Amino acid sequence: MIDKRVANADEAVAGLEDGMTVLFGGFGLSGIPENAIAAVRKRGTRNLTCVSNNAGVDGFGLGLLLETRQVRKMISSYVGENAEFERQMLSGELEVELIPQGTLAERCRAAGAGIPAFYTPAGYGTEVAEGKEVRVFNGKPHLLEHAFDASFAFVKAWKADPAGNLVFRGTARNFNPLMAMAGKITVAEVEEIVPLGTLDPNNIHVPGIFVHRLFQGEHYEKRIENRTVRPRP
Amino acid sequence: MALDKNGIAQRIAQELRNGWYVNLGIGIPTLVANYIPQGISVEFQSENGILGMGPFPWEGEEDPDLINAGKQTITALPGAAFFDSALSFGMIRAQKVQLTVLGAMEVSDNGDIANWKIPGKMVKGMGGAMDLVASAENIIVAMQHTNPKGESKLLSACTLPITGVGCVKKVVTELAVLDIDPERGFVLLERAPGVSVEEIVAKTAGRLVVNGEIPEMRL
Repeated sequence: MIDKRVANADEAVAGLEDGMTVLFGGFGLSGIPENAIAAVRKRGTRNLTCVSNNAGVDGFGLGLLLETRQVRKMISSYVGENAEFERQMLSGELEVELIPQGTLAERCRAAGAGIPAFYTPAGYGTEVAEGKEVRVFNGKPHLLEHAFDASFAFVKAWKADPAGNLVFRGTARNFNPLMAMAGKITVAEVEEIVPLGTLDPNNIHVPGIFVHRLFQGEHYEKRIENRTVRPRP
Repeated sequence: MALDKNGIAQRIAQELRNGWYVNLGIGIPTLVANYIPQGISVEFQSENGILGMGPFPWEGEEDPDLINAGKQTITALPGAAFFDSALSFGMIRAQKVQLTVLGAMEVSDNGDIANWKIPGKMVKGMGGAMDLVASAENIIVAMQHTNPKGESKLLSACTLPITGVGCVKKVVTELAVLDIDPERGFVLLERAPGVSVEEIVAKTAGRLVVNGEIPEMRL
């Protein structure tokens, strides 16, 4: 067993430098690496290019790194619900690249699968296609999209064993397995590190080979962005 | 009388067929799940990573690890499956999902759709909409016939940045059900109860085909 555990979040973000490209797992506020975000904020690293499906909300998630102006560029598919983000984007302080969600996911997966680029129909004929190679397959135009090249990936899982094998829960899985595959250094934080041998090898979502640093997170807030319920009858 | 949001959803629900996997967008499309016709069994896919999405949870049973693409708390039905975002868009691109219902800001009479950006005003992003419209075979748009200024949203060409080209097959508004035939434009199929063909003609800016007597929707 190769033990992937590090002592804490601060140790997990060691080596993160100004100007790096970083992947952050999560969809909305679900499955975001809360502890790693806090550690990056504490470390004060600047001019980051952050790849994340969303940009958090004011005061939580990646909103915390926008607040401290640590982000130079954001690559996302959907960025509503964040006033500070909008302000920085409109004033030109923050560069924003919006890309289709499936393309974002596949650019992560490709990076972790040794595929440098791929064709997808998403975005053909739109602003997203500007400057991209178009090729027709089976009569349908596709865009050439490239795998991400990211120094770090920060992901959040439900459980892990010390070998870094990850298990996710519900829809908190989202981009996390793909970003875990894509990082040159992948940092996984989990709600619980369980003893070696207690995770069923049949049910591992991300094998530990993709995880370089692992720690058990603290004080998960797991905020709900859009609480929707049925009233009890 | 023009339909309300629930009426639009109810009419779209009549398009559901047994055994379909269905992706519902944010807003009116989400309401379609409330009107599944008797005897029809469908499964809802949410692109953030679930098949077999159920209704909203009872108060007090919300789970932050269980949300839909609109970030609303949901439940998982027996037989549900969770998966990552690449697998999710894999099933979308490979056309495993039989019906996609989306909202829109504009639709053109050749089936272009605009629903992700208003330059200088609103930039929220496309989310999964561009992947969905580029690949889905069967796309129904649920929207109001006109914008808040009273201008038609059914145009000869979209004025806003488009999300996809020639992809919308059908539009259901508070006034009408229309097919899109890229050769001929919007084809009026049904009108909302009590709504006149004249009103629909007046509020449709793109090419509109009206053939013979147009029946009222049956809800």
